[in-house]
Amino acid sequence: MSTILIRNGHLIDPAAGVDGLKDIVLRDGRVAEVAEPGKTTLGKAKPGPDLQMIDAKGLTVAPGLVDIHVHLREPGQRHKETIATGTAAAAAGGFTSVAAMPNTVPTNDSPEITRWMQAPERNAAIRVFPIGAATRAIKGEVLNDYAALKSAGVVAVTDDGHPILKDSIMREVLINATRCGLSVIQHAEDTRMTGGCSMNAGATAFRLGLRGMPPEAEYGLVERDIRLVTELSMNGKGDKNGHRPHLHVAHTSTAQAVAAVRQARRNGLRVTCEVAPHHFLLTEEHVGAYDTNAKMNPPLRSAEDRDAMIQGILDGVVDAIATDHAPHASHEKEVEFERAPNGITGLESALGLSLRWLHHEWKLPLGRVLSLLSAQPAALLGLRGRGTLSVGSFADVLIFDPKQEWVFQAKNSRSKSKNTPFDGWTMQGKVHWTISEGRVAFQAATA
Amino acid sequence: MLSAGELTPETVSEILTLATQLEREDPIQRAQRLAKRRIALLFYESSTRTRTSFELAAKGLGADTTLVSSLSSSIEKGETLKDTGLTLKAIILRHPSSGAPWLLERETRLPVLNAGDGMHEHPSQALLDLRTILAHLSPGVETVSAHALAGVTVAIVGDILHSRVARSNMLLLPKLGARVILCGPKELLPEVALEAGPGIEIERDFTRAMALSQVVMMLRIQAERLAGLQVDLEEYKTRYQLTEERLAAHAPKALVMHPGPIIRGLELTGEVADGPQSLILEQVHHGVAIRMALVLRALSQPARKAVGA
Repeated sequence: MSTILIRNGHLIDPAAGVDGLKDIVLRDGRVAEVAEPGKTTLGKAKPGPDLQMIDAKGLTVAPGLVDIHVHLREPGQRHKETIATGTAAAAAGGFTSVAAMPNTVPTNDSPEITRWMQAPERNAAIRVFPIGAATRAIKGEVLNDYAALKSAGVVAVTDDGHPILKDSIMREVLINATRCGLSVIQHAEDTRMTGGCSMNAGATAFRLGLRGMPPEAEYGLVERDIRLVTELSMNGKGDKNGHRPHLHVAHTSTAQAVAAVRQARRNGLRVTCEVAPHHFLLTEEHVGAYDTNAKMNPPLRSAEDRDAMIQGILDGVVDAIATDHAPHASHEKEVEFERAPNGITGLESALGLSLRWLHHEWKLPLGRVLSLLSAQPAALLGLRGRGTLSVGSFADVLIFDPKQEWVFQAKNSRSKSKNTPFDGWTMQGKVHWTISEGRVAFQAATA
Repeated sequence: MLSAGELTPETVSEILTLATQLEREDPIQRAQRLAKRRIALLFYESSTRTRTSFELAAKGLGADTTLVSSLSSSIEKGETLKDTGLTLKAIILRHPSSGAPWLLERETRLPVLNAGDGMHEHPSQALLDLRTILAHLSPGVETVSAHALAGVTVAIVGDILHSRVARSNMLLLPKLGARVILCGPKELLPEVALEAGPGIEIERDFTRAMALSQVVMMLRIQAERLAGLQVDLEEYKTRYQLTEERLAAHAPKALVMHPGPIIRGLELTGEVADGPQSLILEQVHHGVAIRMALVLRALSQPARKAVGA
């Protein structure tokens, strides 16, 4: 594997506390050196077959982004996305690691599927970390074998879109996952309250004649899960190996859910949460004239909820930005609003929207934005050597121009599906290079 | 334009004028207007009144109609709404999903008339209700303005939550100056209904609402849309059933309307439905005239976006 020297870039590596001009040497898939410009051990070496030089003058160099919530649709739904197309979209969006949800066909219940997803034949452009199904066929009844799943490579367990409602099962899931050192991710939705619903409950749903999901369906389950974590945390001591349960709340969308997570953290619990760009940017009003690209679960909420997501990000209670990238074919989305599947794509717009709004508009420092998109999500799922560019870490690098504006065009997306409400939106921060474990996974046409 | 919410008083006035003109026109001459034009009635939900009314309206204008109902077509074979629509010319659509007409218009670019979509809207019903009200409160008036119903209070009573007729009326009537009072129990009338548009109020007490109103519009409880919601029908009748006694005591002069189908003995008694204050049959008559106007506008203005009903 050849060596890459990235020269004269402005390195921002929040986890390592670096923010300045650096040269970086990548070798054998790892970060070999980080040095003052011109001061690497390569000296004045010339580019050749064994040495690739990337001139990053005027650009920002950062750890490759980490998205802990994507749906890659493989196995089973290749018409929506494949691991190859989904990870190509991810690389174009600056991501070098994605955690793939288990609601595939069949669901990811086994070490075999976990390994199949990570096999070289899938042609992934970047690293895929499978998330295992918490219960068999995500039916919420029988627990899967977490130890076996973990040894095959899963980084967390969840039943994703089929939240675990039974207290007894959720308790078992938390106990078993904790014993194996796995996080439990919950899509918090009390589905007993959301049958037949296709958007947020409220005045907009009433006006459109659509049944609405009440916010309680989300925060009620978050509060239930936090009660279980409280019970199982044994006053902070953890189980006999000192493991404490880790609950991660997926795609938080209501003010009360963020408040519940905030309180849980004050109480010293390992409870984390993520927010998707659409939940900090859009509201239920974006459903407009039944736009199915504004239909997702959890739904777009009220302006107050949207503001609470922004506040949670700014004040730090939110641990990660995750896209919930959920590709669907156009023929699946071009149906009656109530019949349309939930979800939108997000991998190619997450960085541009985060920089445009969180950084430029709401003044969150660049390092904080990058941390929410890399170091923090990597730490949250225990992805060692990811989300930082300290020496010895994986050579996962994002090189981008944080000032450059561009317009996102869904038709140019590398994802197989184009279901996004952000088509035509102005983005900030153009990805020039994405390097995954020392290999160039994406290079912009202009770079 | 697929919603009563998009109508301006000027457009409403044009529709009403055209309806009257068509109603008075010589039937043979009228049948030349859309001769040889093909219109599809796409009915994904059972309907007698609205379907017949639109069919009579289209035929009255000389158009050829094709009825495609969910029981006799590819609809039940799972063809998507988009694909069905692509094979047709102009469409009158009744559909159980809110927003379906927008999908059809977006995907086919054909004129689409909304003949009722889910719990959302039923704009042609609101227009015929308006024409019925005007015929009694302002007889002989042929054009309307934003003040046509100034000083008029209309109570809409019952299952507002699941009613597309209620939504279209609460959007349309205030545009002409009417005050709309919504009346019903919390589970069938959420507070957020107030935010649907201007000129809307909520009064949970039926007798108070009646006392304030010149028009009382009764709605059926839509059992098929309750989706698990439990409504105690006996209690409902005690509080909201329109009886002769209530009518005599609180609204002896009010006009009584109902979009149908009516459930005698539930939201109103048979005596009230057949009584002297009831306009229920008259509403049906106004429906054909209004729908002739809507169908004609939809097909004679191809340059504009679909003219709605």
